[in-house]
Amino acid sequence: MAEKYIARSKAIAARLVGGEMMVMSAADSTFFTLNEVASAIWQAADGRTPLAEIVAAKVCQEFEVDPEQAQRGADRFVDELSQHGILLVSDQPLLDSSPSPEHP
Amino acid sequence: MSLLAEMNQKALNLGLPISVHFDITYRCNERCVHCYLDHDDHGEMTTAEILDVLEQMADAGVFFLSLSGGEVLMRQDFFEIVERARQLLFNVKVKTNGVMIREKEAARLRQLGIEQVQISVYSHRPEVHDAITKLPGSLKRTIQAIRFLKAQGLKVVLANVLMVGNFSDQQGVIALAKELGVSYTLDPTITPKMDGDRSILALRIPGTDLKQIFQNQELVGNVEEFCAPPPPPGEDIMDGFPCSAGHTACYISPYGDVFPCVQFPLPSGNVRQQKFLDIWRHSPQLNEVRSIHARDLPTCSTCAHVGTCTRCPGLAYMEGNMRGPSTADCEKSFQRTGIPSANMLRQTGAAYAGPLIQIQALANSTPDHVF
Repeated sequence: MAEKYIARSKAIAARLVGGEMMVMSAADSTFFTLNEVASAIWQAADGRTPLAEIVAAKVCQEFEVDPEQAQRGADRFVDELSQHGILLVSDQPLLDSSPSPEHP
Repeated sequence: MSLLAEMNQKALNLGLPISVHFDITYRCNERCVHCYLDHDDHGEMTTAEILDVLEQMADAGVFFLSLSGGEVLMRQDFFEIVERARQLLFNVKVKTNGVMIREKEAARLRQLGIEQVQISVYSHRPEVHDAITKLPGSLKRTIQAIRFLKAQGLKVVLANVLMVGNFSDQQGVIALAKELGVSYTLDPTITPKMDGDRSILALRIPGTDLKQIFQNQELVGNVEEFCAPPPPPGEDIMDGFPCSAGHTACYISPYGDVFPCVQFPLPSGNVRQQKFLDIWRHSPQLNEVRSIHARDLPTCSTCAHVGTCTRCPGLAYMEGNMRGPSTADCEKSFQRTGIPSANMLRQTGAAYAGPLIQIQALANSTPDHVF
């Protein structure tokens, strides 16, 4: 299966509020709150690290989740956010993305 | 409860300033007759100072950032400020008159990923709009700006401040907003000038015109529901706060002064002298504002409208007492429901309780005093 790379869109606003990430799309004003696991994936979405690696390092290890279950959850999460333009998804590294958000 | 309302509640519980209205200049290329600002530059913050404040606000948890003025584009560093704000992942709204926005500026705003642009329009007729802004040709340029912004796919809100000089053009402005494909919002509130001068309050539309607005289904939705008598307030209402000013929101002036809200000129600190977060957490003035619950308002806590009134504590402060009523909002509640506020009854008891007083007077008076 092809690798999947994810990067945060530049057309979003985000802030960490009490452990939850608030994310709003400037494109359609959709408002999301991400829980701790989703926030970890979102913050690691640098466009260069494959999603599978992010899931292994940031979800399975830090939250002690079964790898298959974690991957399925991550795929759903990525699909949903990409539909709203909040995450960019590619089978190639996304080189124009920033390494990490400055002030989530 | 919506997600956004949940996050607001969370910010309130955590004491976070989730929204900031930041006027980056008071300078303006228009001279609107109802404006409450002094447009001279008395020492605006430098670019470096503003960028530093933006970082401090991001650290403090600010998410919603409104950049306003004055006219924001009077600052040559405006786009540098917006660019930094977007790098810091704020949700940015820009309030402008649009006069200086052409294709290039619209494209840059789109590129920077701002959430919304709010543009003031006072009439669909140039002779009325331009007379209010005192800038010939301003309506034409403003409408062009809206088209440029729309062409970029940006969300635009047309803000219509209503006053005696343009009230009759309200439907024309609504039609203009429809034609341009933008949202419409109206504001019937004229506030005193920041130096305390109340002369511009003469521009406020009279109560009868307010009533007309409140009965416009297009503006308020279900008129019967909107104008219904207020239900008796519960304990939650009496323990509640009037608005977000000082609780989850605040205002910063171009000189670095921090206030609870743009309409609440209670000096609470200055970011040139203190860190933003220190002011937010420890300002005695902000803490006093936060300490006031509905039950602490001497007059308003006894008012039938206490749970539904749009009472502005800032306007009350400008009338002399932040715990007192805001008469403009008393008028709104009255015009909306037909029920006088406690403040109205207290101040003009004879007028509102007229029939009872008259009966009393007739009974106790000799015929000579009846008329």
